[in-house]
Amino acid sequence: MATAVAHDHGHGDGHAVHPPTSTGLNTWKVGFWVFMGSETLFFGTLIGTYMVYRGTSVVGPYPQDILDIPLTTLSTFVLLMSSLAVVLALEFLQQGRRNLALFWTMMIIVLGCGFLGFQAYEFTHFYKEGLTLSTNMFGSTFFVLTGFHGAHVTVGVIWLLVLWFDMFRGHMGPQNALRLEIAGLYWHFVDIVWIVIFTLVYLMEFI
Amino acid sequence: MATTEAYIHAPAEPVRPSTRAIIWDWMTTVDHKKIGILYGVTALFFFIVGGIEATLIRIQLAKPEMQFLSADLYNQIFTMHGTTMVFLVGMPMAVAMFNYFVPLQIGARDVAFPRLNALSYWIFLFGAIFMNVSFLFGQAPNGGWFGYAPLTSSQYTPGLNVDFWVLGLQALGAASIMGGVNFITTIIQLRAPGMRLMRMPLFTWMAFITSFLIITALPVLAVALFLVTFDRFWGTNFFITQAGGDPVLWQHLFWMFGHPEVYILILPAFGIVSEIIPTFSRKPLFGYAVMVYSGALIGLIGWGVWAHHMFATGMGPVADAFFTVSTLIIAIPTGVKIFNWIATMWGGKLWLHTAMKYAIAMLLTFTIGGVSGVMHATSPHNLQQTDTYFVVAHFHYVLIGGLVFAIFGSFYFWFPKMTGRLMSEKLGSWQFWIFFIGFNLTFMPMHWIGLLGMPRRIFTYYDELQLADLNMLATVGVAVQAVGILLLVYNLIHSYFRGERCGRNPFGAATLEWATESPPAVHNFNRIPEVHSREPLWVEAERVEAYAFGPMEENMHMPPNSYWPIVTAMGAVLTFVLFMTNIWWMPLIGVVWTAIGVINWAYEPT
Repeated sequence: MATAVAHDHGHGDGHAVHPPTSTGLNTWKVGFWVFMGSETLFFGTLIGTYMVYRGTSVVGPYPQDILDIPLTTLSTFVLLMSSLAVVLALEFLQQGRRNLALFWTMMIIVLGCGFLGFQAYEFTHFYKEGLTLSTNMFGSTFFVLTGFHGAHVTVGVIWLLVLWFDMFRGHMGPQNALRLEIAGLYWHFVDIVWIVIFTLVYLMEFI
Repeated sequence: MATTEAYIHAPAEPVRPSTRAIIWDWMTTVDHKKIGILYGVTALFFFIVGGIEATLIRIQLAKPEMQFLSADLYNQIFTMHGTTMVFLVGMPMAVAMFNYFVPLQIGARDVAFPRLNALSYWIFLFGAIFMNVSFLFGQAPNGGWFGYAPLTSSQYTPGLNVDFWVLGLQALGAASIMGGVNFITTIIQLRAPGMRLMRMPLFTWMAFITSFLIITALPVLAVALFLVTFDRFWGTNFFITQAGGDPVLWQHLFWMFGHPEVYILILPAFGIVSEIIPTFSRKPLFGYAVMVYSGALIGLIGWGVWAHHMFATGMGPVADAFFTVSTLIIAIPTGVKIFNWIATMWGGKLWLHTAMKYAIAMLLTFTIGGVSGVMHATSPHNLQQTDTYFVVAHFHYVLIGGLVFAIFGSFYFWFPKMTGRLMSEKLGSWQFWIFFIGFNLTFMPMHWIGLLGMPRRIFTYYDELQLADLNMLATVGVAVQAVGILLLVYNLIHSYFRGERCGRNPFGAATLEWATESPPAVHNFNRIPEVHSREPLWVEAERVEAYAFGPMEENMHMPPNSYWPIVTAMGAVLTFVLFMTNIWWMPLIGVVWTAIGVINWAYEPT
């Protein structure tokens, strides 16, 4: 909580040359929020497509046959913990505690890669069980929806790696913590999308 | 920094740069005004391309059972005519005006993300070229601009046609979303002191609302196109009926994008007309606040009407009733706007400049299109009219009679600001009347052609329908329109070199863009003006001009040119081009190229 409050007062990049904005908010941050609004519709449409086609497969494997709730619960937990790491990394970067910021940023990356590892395992497992993009409607909708989500996580991991190297070279500190904050916004967003996917795609099959 | 300042304080007679330097400058520019001009010129070029396609269609339909175009070629031409006019003319023409005038109207030096703005343009340009290159392969998109499934599946269209379409549109959509994000952020963040939301010019307001529609509607299209792409390249079943796929879902997704798209095209036109009419009536806009609210309401309800394009699919009485009512409701805020424009003119001192002629003509023709829209919004009526030329007449009345008239009006209105020269009024008046008559000659008969039962999207018709005369009339109209458009192009070029020079505010308009030089300096205003009213140049001209032309702001920072936008755009579109090879690793070359562009971009000092 302290992070958000602390941040809204002094916005990150201290360039004297940029004119003050009409709202007092940082322009990059506003732009990124707008972009995430657009992303919401993107995932909304993908999830909507999944829901429309839910239960329309004419051949197996069906979702109940192969979805693995305990395993996915674990991977969901890993992804959620990565959001905690984002909060901590940002907090420490804003306080100027570089080593802790480095550690927690690396933790986001590790947990993000962990999630992607679970997904890679899940995809190959399903493939071996005979579920491909073209097997049935479940295969098409499932792989495309979770695949686009995984692609977003991958972009986030690359983004954070770039930031981590900048931090490592000493180019990041409280003055430009906004860079990490925006990457963090993206990360939280992708995380929230996963919670929706986990609920609608996985949990709904078993209630 | 140093170079920028040197440029701002350059001597009055700078050395003329070489042609190469000029071209390089345009390729790397991040100036919103230059990008606006690039958008405008490109859109005008594609307007002529789309116009030639329209002419070919009309020649084929001039007489019954003509053999001018084959059925297959006809499909390609009408598909590309629609796609071109919507994505390569309508949207970019509006964006051209947004680019040039929104920052000026709100008193900013540029948009919020100047390099992103350049990226939008270059992706748009390369995507547009990519899609049109399909003609060289003889395999232009042929599934209609609406690309109805399962026509677009590899089973029914095995060639490259639809591949060009889905990949090209994907690029154009991405460019539009970036533009939308940019304009929303610009308008939220970069307003001059005192420029409260409810003091913004109507054109900027409509740009704001349009941008919201763009960022919400285009992602839906992106997903829909991805689904088709996956169906065609990787064998998914989204729209394959045998496997349980549902072609009607395509229609829902497409029109969820497609109907907001209609308002993406018409709201900028409303904005332009709302600038022209007060200026040439010498009166403030009547009911400013209501004009803003009704624009916002149109945008909002515009998201809840998409299925009126789909009454013929048999959605059932509840859905039919809902979408009929929601569509009819949109007529209310639109009617409010029409009456407010009329009320603005009422008692005003009208100056019938060509821009004003176009604005008034727009009120008339757009209303005709609006009324026919109300007719087929009514679902029982719709079944009689759907897929006939009545619908073609309707949407040309709103898109030409609405959007194109407003855009042409904006040329006559804003050309002097962009070039420092007036457009020829004599030519303009001729041009207006010729185009106006030609337009009505073409599309008015289509109402009858449609009601008498001629289906659209079919390459010919039989003499027994007894529609030959009306069709010939429509074709003659196209020839008249062509003369009108050539006159416009001639007027633009002629006036650019020979037009009468004009001052800052030749029409005595009220908004901030007229408080700059014509054309505006790179930095727009010497100091960012402070405003206290909606009509700063009518209410507080001296004070505002003291800011705009007074002493220069200290330490002004203008973003330097950058070649990373064009490099990144090349990579992005190359990804799509290499997709066509069907070799799985080929697109990765484009992805890596794009990534290199993005990373260098991120570390470029601005």
